[in-house]
Amino acid sequence: MRLRTLLWKELWLRKSRMMSGLLAITLGIAVIVGIQSVTAVSERAVKIKLDNLGANILVLPQAASVDDYYTADIDAPTFPEDYVERVATSMLPGVDNLSPKLTRRVKVGDVPVILTGILPANELASKPIWQSAGLAGAELAAACGPSPEVNKGRSFVDEKLQRKAIDSLAPGELLVGSVVGQRLNLKDGSKVVIQGREFTTARVLPETGTIDDDRIYAHLHVVQDLLGTGSQVSAIEIMGCCSAISDGLLGKLRNILPDTRITTIGQIVNTQIETNRLMAKVSLILLVIIFLVGAISIANYMWANVEERRREIGTLLTLGATRGSVYRLFLAKATILGLLGGIGGYLLGTFSALVLGPQLAGLAVEPVPVYLAWSLLFAVAIALLGSWYPTYRATRLDPASILQEF
Amino acid sequence: MLGLERVTKAYSSRRGTVHALRDICLKIERGSFVTITGPSGSGKTTLLLTIGGLIRPTSGRVEFHGTDLCTLSERHLAAYRNQKIGFVLQSFNLIPYLSAYENTMVPMSLRNGATNNHEQKAKALLDRLGLADRMDHLPRELSVGQQQRVAIARALGNDPEVILADEPTGNLDPTLSAEILSILRDLNEKDGRTVIMVTHSPEAARMGRHHVRLVDGCCVEADGVAATR
Repeated sequence: MRLRTLLWKELWLRKSRMMSGLLAITLGIAVIVGIQSVTAVSERAVKIKLDNLGANILVLPQAASVDDYYTADIDAPTFPEDYVERVATSMLPGVDNLSPKLTRRVKVGDVPVILTGILPANELASKPIWQSAGLAGAELAAACGPSPEVNKGRSFVDEKLQRKAIDSLAPGELLVGSVVGQRLNLKDGSKVVIQGREFTTARVLPETGTIDDDRIYAHLHVVQDLLGTGSQVSAIEIMGCCSAISDGLLGKLRNILPDTRITTIGQIVNTQIETNRLMAKVSLILLVIIFLVGAISIANYMWANVEERRREIGTLLTLGATRGSVYRLFLAKATILGLLGGIGGYLLGTFSALVLGPQLAGLAVEPVPVYLAWSLLFAVAIALLGSWYPTYRATRLDPASILQEF
Repeated sequence: MLGLERVTKAYSSRRGTVHALRDICLKIERGSFVTITGPSGSGKTTLLLTIGGLIRPTSGRVEFHGTDLCTLSERHLAAYRNQKIGFVLQSFNLIPYLSAYENTMVPMSLRNGATNNHEQKAKALLDRLGLADRMDHLPRELSVGQQQRVAIARALGNDPEVILADEPTGNLDPTLSAEILSILRDLNEKDGRTVIMVTHSPEAARMGRHHVRLVDGCCVEADGVAATR
């Protein structure tokens, strides 16, 4: 017989005690994994909601004011559309959804409207120069933000147009704001003539309560042709990752586009930064609490287990076991329970999050494989720590004292 | 073979110092059967565990074949307990989740080196102690007498030279006590092992060929094992 036989025998013949220990570890880890899984998705959901607030950085011509951006002054200055490529090819982290726009007041019949030329996202992604720079498609996603696929997959898509990139828009099509649509009596598919050119209404947008309601959107290059501005735009809207903005993104953009005026849409940025800070704090507090609860539960069991086996420790030391071999025996048990509890806790926690996440929080939770590694590491570490101290105490005692206790 | 030279053991606490042993001098020859008696708290168990290398004396020397146990490292003391000493304790101290057979093998498994013949040795020992049909029983499935016999079999696992028995009949009725004492006498007389037994029982005390009596940690009688100071 080898000493490790004691380990297996103890685990096997004291199944109920082993199960209670395993349960303590499993539940401790399950709580951590479950809450962490839901928290991670909640954070992403909040980020997506924040991103749905739209662009938060405006690039305007040096001489333009923010008022010009909102009022679409006919004489408002412009700058070359090439600036979009400068920003895109700079590969600045935290920059997403570049949206160049040219806005002017025009008349449809006798009704004055604001016509805004926008470049659909699919055209931005297909620019040859961007493709050669490896920036096509999803590569443009901001480093800190969720990809559009994630957004759609989680049903967080916002129907509002305001300061968001449009996926596709054919040259002969218009998107019409709700107020303008009512005023011009337009419906999806209606024909509209602007500056002598006929367009089809691709869609009348739902009411947003913003300046978008008063605007008609057409393809940027069509608007440029129609207004005879050449390749000029009046603004570039950028969705900047708010942590990147805090890290000086505006300064970096100003270096790339020195002859422009770069500003943030303060309300949005402030909301994003404040919410992110709050989420980060709440997550940290939650993480610390659940780690403590999980750790205490595991350590408590391991501690009690070693304490109740003090007599056994005394007997083994009396019969000639070294302190090292007693350590190995107890810490090996802790490792085995930690590994089993880590796996069980991960599975239980993930399963609970998958089932309860959508029902209680309305969030579709996905398994996070990396949590398995963390669960194993954490469970084993806590089980070892919880066993180590009482084992240390027991082996430091005179075996004679332990024997005389009983 | 076993010599104690002015062995003193004192325990200090906030309430003061308590002397469990004072200036004990003994010389125990190989093959002796020594009984230690004395009132409760007189230091009997402390003396036994000091000989067993479980308690380091505050002062004095404990020699085994000329080696002072106080100079040995923890590892060497553990090896001494494992290979030279067999412990038989009042409350048996069997590992509750191991069978009689496995309990007997524990000291063997703690010994570094070869692991062969453990099973054969354990079976032979249990057979000798009349437990051939109880090998696979857990301690709770055995009577107290049988448990003490398993404890004796375990003590013999590494064929030790010395058996240290701490009130081995303390939990047993007179019939079972006689049975256990008879086994210990056999181990002494037939095997030639040294047996040192702490006991409260006058009958058990009479089994020893030599007798030590302690009072308040002092040796007041050392019949045949007294050492000159």
